Amino acid sequence: MGKRFWPWLWFLLGASYFLVPLYATFDFSLRARRGELTFAAYANVLRDIKFVESFSFSLQTALATIVVSALVIVPTAYWVQLRLPRLRPVVEFFTLLPFVVPAVVLVFSLARTYSRTPLTDSREGLWVLLVGSYVVLSFPYMYRAVDTGLRSINIHDLTEAAQSLGAGWPTILMRVIFPNVYVSLLSGAFITFAIVMGEFTIAALLAQPAFGPYMNLLASSKVYEPSALAIISFGLTWAAIAAIQWIGQGTQARLVGPR
Amino acid sequence: MAFLEITGVRKSFGASVAVESFHLAVARGEFVSFLGPSGCGKTTTLRMVAGFEKPTSGRIVIDGVDVTDTPPNRRNVGMVFQSYALFPNMTVADNIGFGLKVARRPAGEIQERVTELLRIIHMPEYGRSYPYQLSGGQQQRVALARALAIQPKLLLLDEPLSALDAKIRASLRQEIRDIQRQLGITTIYVTHDQEEAMALSDRIVVMSRGRIEQVGTPFEVYNFPATRFVASFVGTLNVLQATVADAATGRLSVQGQEIRVARPLPEHAPGASVGVAIRPELISLDGQAGHDANRLSGTVADVTFLGPIVRVQMHLSGDVLHIDIFNNPQLRPPQPGAPITVRFAPDACLVLDDA
Ligand SMILES: Nc1ncnc2c1ncn2[C@@H]1O[C@H](COP(=O)(O)OP(=O)(O)OP(=O)(O)O)[C@@H](O)[C@H]1O
Ligand SMILES: [Mg+2]
Repeated sequence: MGKRFWPWLWFLLGASYFLVPLYATFDFSLRARRGELTFAAYANVLRDIKFVESFSFSLQTALATIVVSALVIVPTAYWVQLRLPRLRPVVEFFTLLPFVVPAVVLVFSLARTYSRTPLTDSREGLWVLLVGSYVVLSFPYMYRAVDTGLRSINIHDLTEAAQSLGAGWPTILMRVIFPNVYVSLLSGAFITFAIVMGEFTIAALLAQPAFGPYMNLLASSKVYEPSALAIISFGLTWAAIAAIQWIGQGTQARLVGPR
Repeated sequence: MAFLEITGVRKSFGASVAVESFHLAVARGEFVSFLGPSGCGKTTTLRMVAGFEKPTSGRIVIDGVDVTDTPPNRRNVGMVFQSYALFPNMTVADNIGFGLKVARRPAGEIQERVTELLRIIHMPEYGRSYPYQLSGGQQQRVALARALAIQPKLLLLDEPLSALDAKIRASLRQEIRDIQRQLGITTIYVTHDQEEAMALSDRIVVMSRGRIEQVGTPFEVYNFPATRFVASFVGTLNVLQATVADAATGRLSVQGQEIRVARPLPEHAPGASVGVAIRPELISLDGQAGHDANRLSGTVADVTFLGPIVRVQMHLSGDVLHIDIFNNPQLRPPQPGAPITVRFAPDACLVLDDA
């Protein structure tokens, strides 16, 4: 009993740090009408076509970001570990740049660099730029996750075994490397997903109809709806993450155990 | 024309030379081992044959085709690693079928071949298992099957048994040899375990510091070592310091006692110092019998009972002589401290030139 006390205390303190504001937001969102608890605010949010549009826009953007980021990061981390191990600290440093360079700076330099290219004079072009920015934001999480995943398998011998069996680089990457870092990749993907769904600065500066700017707009014009929206987006994001987790589960079950 | 020909191969990493003047011709179906101490260049040579390293100079020809510049995935050479290197995300069957799938063979053929190989490695019921569910020995057998599935021209194994414990090592060793004979596949086997090399090989390549010391059958390498290194690396060996007493009749003096070797030593001046090598099992304890034999007297230093053999150490004024005799329940082993006279034939003595 005495032994259990402190861990539980810290756990409850930590949990309440997250749960109390969540509960408060929820409670507030139900008080759209004086004297009664109502889901009216929720109904208003869900009736708003802008909500559906911006949410699905961000959902697509997040998935695109994850795919592009994985396609960039996995081969890079693999090649660095296989052939350029001495460059590892350098690459790691570069992937950490989003922590150092503020998003505002990033988006202005991108806009400046790519101004007068098709990227900045069309809606689609700006979306590509948006995904590109988010890919950069995802680097610290994705690279670390993949790098750790690669370290847990013997990529040298696996690569050579595949080569001796006739496999070229694309086959090795798709059939051997990707499936074996899939689980680590997912953990990076969760964080990326959550970041992209709530991102405001870049989306707003590139004038994209994303979920972040929509929430912001709503917050400045309504009272109870923003709280309802916060709860909804919270639930949806978790549902999406659970879906990714569920898709990845088959692989996870296969890979546990000693190697 | 040999099946595998390695001609004048040299490999350096920056300033350090890993392999030098490597010449070897391997016949079709032959089982050749590379044997040598750690760092002597065995793996590097094997990796050059597999295509993972490019020789600094020299040529490698497999089945009449110069593959020196061919990438590893075009060489059709099967490789087995010390770490097994099975793909953790695939079942045993998918691991074995990987090479065939890469080669886009029809699914039916792949399945047939996988089933056949599972039978060859005595694991027919393991097709659906994942590597992590298997023991080390089973994993290595799957790795062997995977390498064989593509019907490679050559099978290369780099210390495949080093990660296994002694008992499995011995049985899997035999299994590898049986499968190799059955399929008649040309094989190169890297090991630093001389017993393994002798048990398996048609020929052994003994290497030291990046160079070949000797190439020969296990019998030749053990009984007629070409260099002092081979003599000392393969098996245990007594090396006695001797001085030449009479070169013409091959008489030598060992710590004041005279022995005779089987051949005259015209290349040595009287009084020159040479090394005399004798295998422990070629010495016997019954110093009385035999007319022609050499005799040396000393004191028993230690006796180790190893079951089938008894290892006796004899002190010979400073030198130590190891003697291996078969266990014999009728015979009491000698006691430490007792005086002893041992006997060995003149042709058991090998004069080492570079003494
Ligand atoms: N990639 C490399 N870069 C630099 N030096 C290397 C490399 N690979 C091998 N060497 C060097 O080449 C020499 C031979 O190495 P190799 O791995 O062939 O030895 P080995 O006979 O297989 O030894 P072991 O029994 O320990 O496996 C060693 O001195 C090693 O340090
Ligand atoms: Mg080695």
